[in-house]
Amino acid sequence: MASIGHFPATHPLPDWRNFGVMLRVLLGVNVMALAAALIQVPEPSGWVPRYVEMAALVEPLLLLALGLLAAVRDLLRRMPLGLGQLAVVMLVGGLAFAQNLFWQSLGFSDSGNALRPALLAVAASVVLLGYFELRARAFSPAQAEARLAALNARIRPHFLFNSLNAVLSLIRARPQQAEAALESLSDLFRAAMRDPGEMISLADEIALGEQYFELERLRLGERLAVDWQIGSVSLNLPIPPLMLQPLLENAVYHGIEPSPEGGTIRISIEQRGDELWIAIANPATGAQQHASGNHIAIANIRERLALYYDLEARLEIEAGEQSYEVRIILPCRTPNS
Amino acid sequence: MPHAELLRILIVDDEPLARNRLREILVDIAIQFPTEVVGEAGNGIAALEFLRDHAVDVMLADIRMPGMDGIELAGHLGAFPAPPAIIFTTAYDNYAVQAFDLNAVDYLLKPVRAQRLLTALQKAHAAPPANHELLASLGRAVRGGGRTHLCCHERGRLLLVPVGEVLYFKADLKYVTARTVDREYLLDESLTHLESEYAERFIRLHRAVLVARTALAGFEKAAGDDAEAYGWALLRGVPEKLPVSRRQWVPAKAVMAG
Repeated sequence: MASIGHFPATHPLPDWRNFGVMLRVLLGVNVMALAAALIQVPEPSGWVPRYVEMAALVEPLLLLALGLLAAVRDLLRRMPLGLGQLAVVMLVGGLAFAQNLFWQSLGFSDSGNALRPALLAVAASVVLLGYFELRARAFSPAQAEARLAALNARIRPHFLFNSLNAVLSLIRARPQQAEAALESLSDLFRAAMRDPGEMISLADEIALGEQYFELERLRLGERLAVDWQIGSVSLNLPIPPLMLQPLLENAVYHGIEPSPEGGTIRISIEQRGDELWIAIANPATGAQQHASGNHIAIANIRERLALYYDLEARLEIEAGEQSYEVRIILPCRTPNS
Repeated sequence: MPHAELLRILIVDDEPLARNRLREILVDIAIQFPTEVVGEAGNGIAALEFLRDHAVDVMLADIRMPGMDGIELAGHLGAFPAPPAIIFTTAYDNYAVQAFDLNAVDYLLKPVRAQRLLTALQKAHAAPPANHELLASLGRAVRGGGRTHLCCHERGRLLLVPVGEVLYFKADLKYVTARTVDREYLLDESLTHLESEYAERFIRLHRAVLVARTALAGFEKAAGDDAEAYGWALLRGVPEKLPVSRRQWVPAKAVMAG
């Protein structure tokens, strides 16, 4: 189980195997190259050729360095932080040095001194490491944990009090059903109060969703129909907790409750390639699914996806005339395996 | 109200278990305050229908209900000669609860305590008439838009006109008429008020006409110098044309294009 200290965004030494980290490095280095071209060449017509020239030198080095760093990521992370950072800088500088010697041996490069590209590479890597450390500090574990806890604890009060009211109504006539409902309610709240850094299995999240629907069915009766379509997917797959439940709650609140006849909520969970697709669709009732409550829930999940997966997960919304669908697409693995 | 008779109560909530719960605690407090539940309704429309044919003293109405919510229901009560007092119930509507406190409107928080219900019922005789400004602002907060239905009195009967079915409103000398595909209704409303309440759904074509954006089918220029209109709007589903003023011609055509 990944602990909160191992979210990709919270370690000062970035996860070199994360797509978002790679993208940031590529962008950062290319922006620096572009800036260098602007500084070196005074007339605008020369900027692009100079940049292309530089890119030809920088890009192979960059890709080589990223590949190497991805390979030794775990080794680097086991070192003390300062040593790890130093190792990264030395690695990049050394690569630049070696590459320049190699070019020279082929006769491509005429700048006699291989130290200059090495020093430039060292400078660039120091800047980027500094950026990643600042970014990690912005997402510092304590802060991230507090935020996650706040985000997790968002079970609608409306739902809580209506459920309690329904349970009270059951106690005299159907005590056993009341007991079952209270048990489900306590499971839901236990899940909401769990350590937000712990991943839970897909099977557990689905079970939680089913319990949630049981409670809603007490109140809404036949107005609420649910259609689970679970494709071939490993139910042991770890996912961040309470990804599904807030979306189910939104679907009930915006898609079922405003309609006197009710409707069907469709949930499909399947694996496509090495991605896990979770889609939740509810009938569009015309009742403001653009309302602020819904926006907050969606923004919360986006934020949590970014904390757990950086750029490797996404959330899509498809608002049609007939239905409203939210899709979460996650990589099929633990965030740091 | 004659003291010898029981207080007649209508319970309005979309959740059967919530209605059941209120019945139970009404029985619990019957020794101190005997009442009679004369009916149950699942939303505001069903409640208004019930009120047409039954006398009710107090209505316990949930705020959030599908079809027609409790806030809108309260706004339509003025259409009855002897409207019942209304006590709102809600699980959690912070905004409404604050407004109720400020305006001395009685409400009950779900789960409802028997003691609270008792106090509310004892006070309910003297319920002040609904404050329409307050109901309009609460309605916007709860459902994010205007009323879902408009009231129309016809030969002493109360008719509800679903706003979603209205193609256009037209103001005559004294009345506003609402046209649906089937027929016309006379309303006791002002066009200006309707325009601001349904700004998203209707646009003004003319000093005296509001049309549903979705009902617009096309436009034609008026032949020659027509004093009444600069042009005419064609509608889906009904044969008549509506006048468009010179000022509204361009914005109205833009709605169609968009």
